[in-house]
Amino acid sequence: MGEVIVITSGKGGVGKTTTAANLGTGLSLLGKKVVLVDTDIGLRNLDVVMGLENRIVYDLVDAVEGTCRLKQALIKDKRFDGLYLLPAAQTRDKNSITPEQMVKLCEDLSEEYDYIIIDCPAGIEQGFKNAIAGADRAVVITTPEVSAVRDADRIIGLLEANEIKNPALIVNRVRPDMVKKGDMMSIEDIIDILAIQLVGVVPDDENIIISTNRGEPAVSENKSMAGQAYRNITRRILGEDVPFMDLAGQGNFIAKVKKLFGFRSA
Amino acid sequence: MLQQLFSKLGRRRSSKDVAKERLKLVLIHDRANVSPQFLEMVKGEIIKVIRNYMEIDEEALDIQLTKTVSEEGEGIVPALIANIPIKSVKSSGRSL
Repeated sequence: MGEVIVITSGKGGVGKTTTAANLGTGLSLLGKKVVLVDTDIGLRNLDVVMGLENRIVYDLVDAVEGTCRLKQALIKDKRFDGLYLLPAAQTRDKNSITPEQMVKLCEDLSEEYDYIIIDCPAGIEQGFKNAIAGADRAVVITTPEVSAVRDADRIIGLLEANEIKNPALIVNRVRPDMVKKGDMMSIEDIIDILAIQLVGVVPDDENIIISTNRGEPAVSENKSMAGQAYRNITRRILGEDVPFMDLAGQGNFIAKVKKLFGFRSA
Repeated sequence: MLQQLFSKLGRRRSSKDVAKERLKLVLIHDRANVSPQFLEMVKGEIIKVIRNYMEIDEEALDIQLTKTVSEEGEGIVPALIANIPIKSVKSSGRSL
């Protein structure tokens, strides 16, 4: 029996899709059978982040409506053994599926797969309700900004109201240099406010943009800092006790040089 | 000149502390709003306690979360304000 994990945040642009892609890929690299489900109907992106956009024939709505068999809508990722993608429909809207249909879909998928990773759309409307409907647990993504933390708090409240207890937190795009200067909330500050369990800290890393450009998840890149962070998160999701990375002193080189000469980096 | 700049920067509170304080305040309101039952629960408990001492107009009881200026002068703080009309005080509440 597989486990259904929803990746959610409330606010848009904080890294839900990137996290879903990297967590799913990370799990498959550890030998798990994984399916990534993009529930952002109308604004699908998990396909391009995964580099699988050219292989879509059927989508989530087709599978749910019975236009095709579920198996036909699943795209097998040839690079990673055991990894599949169920893409969202692009020309439909969030009301094309119901929470009941999502529950059924998650049940069907968990018969075959170890992990079902649901990429949730931004917002708290129908798309969010669909995404969390079949979830066993949730991972909440935030960044160290007031807007993102506020929305994460709202999402945590809504998850609990929907009986999804103990969501885990990922703080994304942390800039240790700014935290050091007192210009960015630290992980401790954010945990203090949200009061949930931390499952990962991802540094702001330009490798994420590079890997998204190529459609290759950073988790498979050995030299990427963010990739290492996602590998750690993957193992923590599996229940391993992995120490948190020391991010201090890892600010980018140019910022350090600028600081040395007294410039304030932008 | 550089020293001047540094002393100026030093006096200002770090922006992350400002962020944290603003967040804490806004979340008190957000969290109360997420569950409409929250204030109703508080209201029910308050009525239970006060009923032991006085007769109040339960229909007209008004309770809300708001902001107020701190007496210690630390800026704005959240406050729970209750307006409870009293109908009569029970005899047991009088001083002995």
